[in-house]
Amino acid sequence: MIAEKEMTNAVETIGLNLWYGTFQALTDVNIQVKKGIITSLIGPSGCGKSTLLRSINRINERLGYVRVEGAIKVLDENIYARDVEPVQLRKQVGMVFQRPNPLPLSIRENILFGHKIHTPSSLKVSRSEANDIVEKALRQVLLWDKVKDRLKHRAISLSLEEQQKLCIARLLPVKPQVLLMDEPCSALDPKGTEAVEELIWDLRGQFTILIVTHNMAQARRASDECAFMLLGELIEHETTEEIFVTPRHRKTADYIEGRFG
Amino acid sequence: MSRADSTPHRDDRRNMDWFVDKAVQILVFVAGISAIVFIIGIFVFITKEGVGFIFKSHYALSESVFNLLEEKKMPDTQLDALTPLEGKAFKTSQDLILAVEGVIGVEETRPYKELLVARSLDQPFSLKTFFTSPKWAPTSELKPTYGALALMAGTASVTGLAMLIAIPFSLGAAIYIGEFATGRTRELLKILVELLAAIPSVVWGFIGLSIMNPLIIKVFNVPIGLNVLNAGLILGLMAAPIMTTIAEDALKAVPDRYREAAEAMGATRWQVIFKVVVPASKNGLVAAILLGVGRGFGETMAVLMATGHSINLPTSIFDSVRALTATIAAELGEAAVGSDHYQALFTLGIFLFLVTFLINMTADLVLRGIRKE
Repeated sequence: MIAEKEMTNAVETIGLNLWYGTFQALTDVNIQVKKGIITSLIGPSGCGKSTLLRSINRINERLGYVRVEGAIKVLDENIYARDVEPVQLRKQVGMVFQRPNPLPLSIRENILFGHKIHTPSSLKVSRSEANDIVEKALRQVLLWDKVKDRLKHRAISLSLEEQQKLCIARLLPVKPQVLLMDEPCSALDPKGTEAVEELIWDLRGQFTILIVTHNMAQARRASDECAFMLLGELIEHETTEEIFVTPRHRKTADYIEGRFG
Repeated sequence: MSRADSTPHRDDRRNMDWFVDKAVQILVFVAGISAIVFIIGIFVFITKEGVGFIFKSHYALSESVFNLLEEKKMPDTQLDALTPLEGKAFKTSQDLILAVEGVIGVEETRPYKELLVARSLDQPFSLKTFFTSPKWAPTSELKPTYGALALMAGTASVTGLAMLIAIPFSLGAAIYIGEFATGRTRELLKILVELLAAIPSVVWGFIGLSIMNPLIIKVFNVPIGLNVLNAGLILGLMAAPIMTTIAEDALKAVPDRYREAAEAMGATRWQVIFKVVVPASKNGLVAAILLGVGRGFGETMAVLMATGHSINLPTSIFDSVRALTATIAAELGEAAVGSDHYQALFTLGIFLFLVTFLINMTADLVLRGIRKE
């Protein structure tokens, strides 16, 4: 293992090509996502940003007809290496989806789900330990005070904003390094969007966050670096300020200014 | 002129489409209503034929009444005179007294009046016997008994065993088809399962009779192969396809985002199934099981052929039994219309109807529970 200080990239793709059947969704993508900051992926629909995100925890493979060439390194380890189990990878790399998708269980069980499946069954988790885990995770997403009296209620009974926060909270107990977020606010109203954005900003530093967004303003105000993708290719990857103020590519400028997309 | 032709008023005329539309509407309405009317009709018919029997009572001089009269020191001459009246049914006790008075005289009857009114009531059917006696002897010359306990035990044992077999198989098959099989395998399996569901029950009974019977005798070294085990196996195989289909529908109704969420958290295939998909489709699975139970409970032909059809309180799976449904099927044809036997069979029908109704209603309520969530 390389010493912590030298490793500045949490996620790195090297010559990544990806096909859905015969359709090539990603073409030679090389991106370095720096540790501990928020990087946003922008681009028009169908440009491959979600595909890129979903290949970082290999959830893409569910589809069954996906073929990948090249390498993705998470914390300097190639996740397509033979000895890497998706289960372990997904413990390191948590994911938040476009539509809040709490499991059809209670709020408490939702938080404990990830923890339970990653704890060997020989290790018994005591009730008070479990309570601590739930409280800590919910406090981290600023949900504890709202739901502490109804932890046994079904998670689906929460509002969308709260559900999305819960979906973030349930990733925390297994202590992932990277959080992938696929348009986490697109199903929320403006108030919910603001609250979740604030939360994501709060988590900055503790986790490396890679966020796909359609919302230019969101990318601008809530990320450190920004990557623009078009038709499966990575066009530009700069600090957010640079990309929005002085984009280097014509297409980036066109997209940001809303001339297409 | 041409403008006048195209005014809305003229276009709104009742043309062919309007009549077709109306006709289809009426047809659908009639079809829908008639289904309900028929079901109510069936229920009314069965109830009419059977319920009367439950409350049926008449007054008669039975053997026990004669014994009592003898104890009360009724002279032998009077007893002999009354013998022709033995067993004759009267609607009310008053009619019976009148008949007795007509034979032996008003004055002579007076000392026994109280006894006759109190003891001559005769009910062919009693709920207590029905539920507690294993003796089903509706054609007995001496004393017909209508105890359905053995029949209930027969039906329950066969259905119970069938469910023990069908539940794991059908849920397993549903999980495989719904969660693991893909593409052509999946389509092929679904078609096969539906094909299995379409096999007529008499064919299953035939398999029980001609294949399972010798097989069970040989394998378990028992004297007869037509028993609870045979019928349970047959019924289990019969109920499994429909249970599989419904259970698979229930699994399919679980939104894929639940699976995705769980997988993204690092759950394995089995963890996703047992911790997320099965709990989420719990109600549908329970409904599938209940419908299977209903199917097993109401099945007639296959159990008639495979159980051995002998009245028995089973103590092991190698005992022959007789099912409620099979009893009706086998005996109704030879029971005289309106006779006690005939009516007793309808009483069994009412019982079956009530139980199936309860099972189906439970299944329905459980299914409704799914939609609520």
